[in-house]
Amino acid sequence: MNLSKRFGAIEAVRDLSFTARDGEITGLLGANGAGKSTCLRMLYGVLTPDSGRACIDGIDIRGETSKARAHLGVLPHAAGLYGNLTARENIHYFGSLHGIDGGRSRSRITELARVLGMESFIDRRAKSFSQGQRIKVALARALVHDPGNIVLDEPTNGLDVMAIRNLRDMLLALKARGRCVLFSSHVMQEVAALCDRVVIIGHGKVLADATVQSIRDQSGAASLEEAFLQVLGETEGVN
Amino acid sequence: MRALFTVFAKEFMENLRDRRTLMSALLFGPLFGPLLFGLMVSRMLNQNVALSDEPLKLTISGSEYAPGLTRYLEAQGVKLTKANLSENEAQAAVRGGAVPIVLIIPKEYGPRFSAATPAPVLLVADSADSQTRKSADRARIILGGYASSIAQLRLQVRGVNPLLAVPVAVNDVDVATPTGRAVVVLGFMTYFVLFAVLMGGLYLAIDSTAGERERGSLEALLSLPVARSSLVGGKILATCAYMCISLALSLTAFVCVFHFVPLERLGMSANLNTGTALIFFAICLPFVPLGAALMTFVASFTRSYREAQTYLTTVLLVPTLPIAFASIYSLKTRSSLMFIPSLSQHLLMTSVLKDEAVAALDVWVSAAASLAVALVLMVLTARHWRRETMLG
Repeated sequence: MNLSKRFGAIEAVRDLSFTARDGEITGLLGANGAGKSTCLRMLYGVLTPDSGRACIDGIDIRGETSKARAHLGVLPHAAGLYGNLTARENIHYFGSLHGIDGGRSRSRITELARVLGMESFIDRRAKSFSQGQRIKVALARALVHDPGNIVLDEPTNGLDVMAIRNLRDMLLALKARGRCVLFSSHVMQEVAALCDRVVIIGHGKVLADATVQSIRDQSGAASLEEAFLQVLGETEGVN
Repeated sequence: MRALFTVFAKEFMENLRDRRTLMSALLFGPLFGPLLFGLMVSRMLNQNVALSDEPLKLTISGSEYAPGLTRYLEAQGVKLTKANLSENEAQAAVRGGAVPIVLIIPKEYGPRFSAATPAPVLLVADSADSQTRKSADRARIILGGYASSIAQLRLQVRGVNPLLAVPVAVNDVDVATPTGRAVVVLGFMTYFVLFAVLMGGLYLAIDSTAGERERGSLEALLSLPVARSSLVGGKILATCAYMCISLALSLTAFVCVFHFVPLERLGMSANLNTGTALIFFAICLPFVPLGAALMTFVASFTRSYREAQTYLTTVLLVPTLPIAFASIYSLKTRSSLMFIPSLSQHLLMTSVLKDEAVAALDVWVSAAASLAVALVLMVLTARHWRRETMLG
């Protein structure tokens, strides 16, 4: 994936540019209200940037929205399910809307159910699901068309330790298969444990864009948390 | 197109499992009208029978002061109950509902009557109660009859032709045909049919828009490689399907009600049989996409289920406006009115019920006008769904 992005007048995000690469997990780190969600929403095309462009596998999301989205799996911040449909039907619905034929969708759902450990509730109605089960179904829904790029907006919100570990394994598996994974978070430990690269956002700007190791080296801080605070502190000072 | 049918199939299926949608689409919406209508007509029937057959009941106080009047009332078949009440007691009794009407004859009645000056009587009744108002009118007519017969006698005794006191003779000629009279009642019926159409799609329209947002499934849906017009189209189509089911059920229920309610006894004739019900279905069919698009459009602007419910219950009243307007100004079927949706359906259905000839052109204009408005609303809805603010 080759994503470059530049935004103008939007208050939330200003002249933001970064690239997330295939076979890597990129973390978008920032405090609440830093512009992470806005940035991701422009990336999957539900918000239009005032200026600048976002590309997925070199395809402009504004120019060829449908084509670009076919390469993209999205787990939005609000990942609600249809309560009256079963987990399988929820996933199948999105598969159909991606234009996948019935047979392929079925085998794909069986595979995802196994990988994500959803077999026990795959045919139950989503109404009674726990937050962890919900996220699993929403993730399966985002992956049903086997996209090359996956965008997740704060996926660990509301998950318990066990579910977070499952999610982490899932993202590492996607990375191992050469997928490009981009996720946002405000939890530094999470990013430090999982990401190859980290993009730190503050006040709608990129404050740092580097590997986790090089950020630590640059700032000379021992933990990413301290590095994060330092990076943030510098710009505060400039402002 | 494939995506549109996927959305349609999913919305249709999902709501088939939702008790609230089913209750409103298949039970409350279609059956409310026919049941209320049946009750209303049978109540009217009972009232009419009561009025013409039952003797007038009157509580009379001070009958000993007016023996002539009392005899006259009894001769007219009025059932008198004698009591001794003061004016205040009588008012309290009527207000409390203990007795419907009280006739008070005061002490000065006798001397005044003998002196041939107006002799006072008091008729105590509650005019806010439609039932006793009718009885009071009957009592007034009988009392008037007594007064004029006494007046005629007095004139005769004085050697004056009593006809001099009747300068104008009024004869009522009622031209209302049995069907024409039925139309007042049937105006309600056509509204109930349109109400059933809207009610059938109410919850689906909410669930597929505000519900999608409240559940948090909207953003994922909007990030799919599917044209927004396909999403909107599928949702409106599913709403249409529920509205059609509701319409069919409502008409079936009406046919059953008409079968059991003897309208002829009210001096009305309106035959709603299977044939006319099918014609009604065809007349209302173009109103279905209009209703579905209108409800989806309005619900698309709301943030929550509750908010959508508030706005859409107002939308339920929209078809009443032209119908109410039509009955206030007693509009007759006219080609120019066929451009107004809901009013045109009302007028066409009324014409069919009255067994009047319906011009084919009117039917086409009515359908085309409704479909045109539906199309405009669909385009507006799709445009709204393309906007960023849709995310909320």
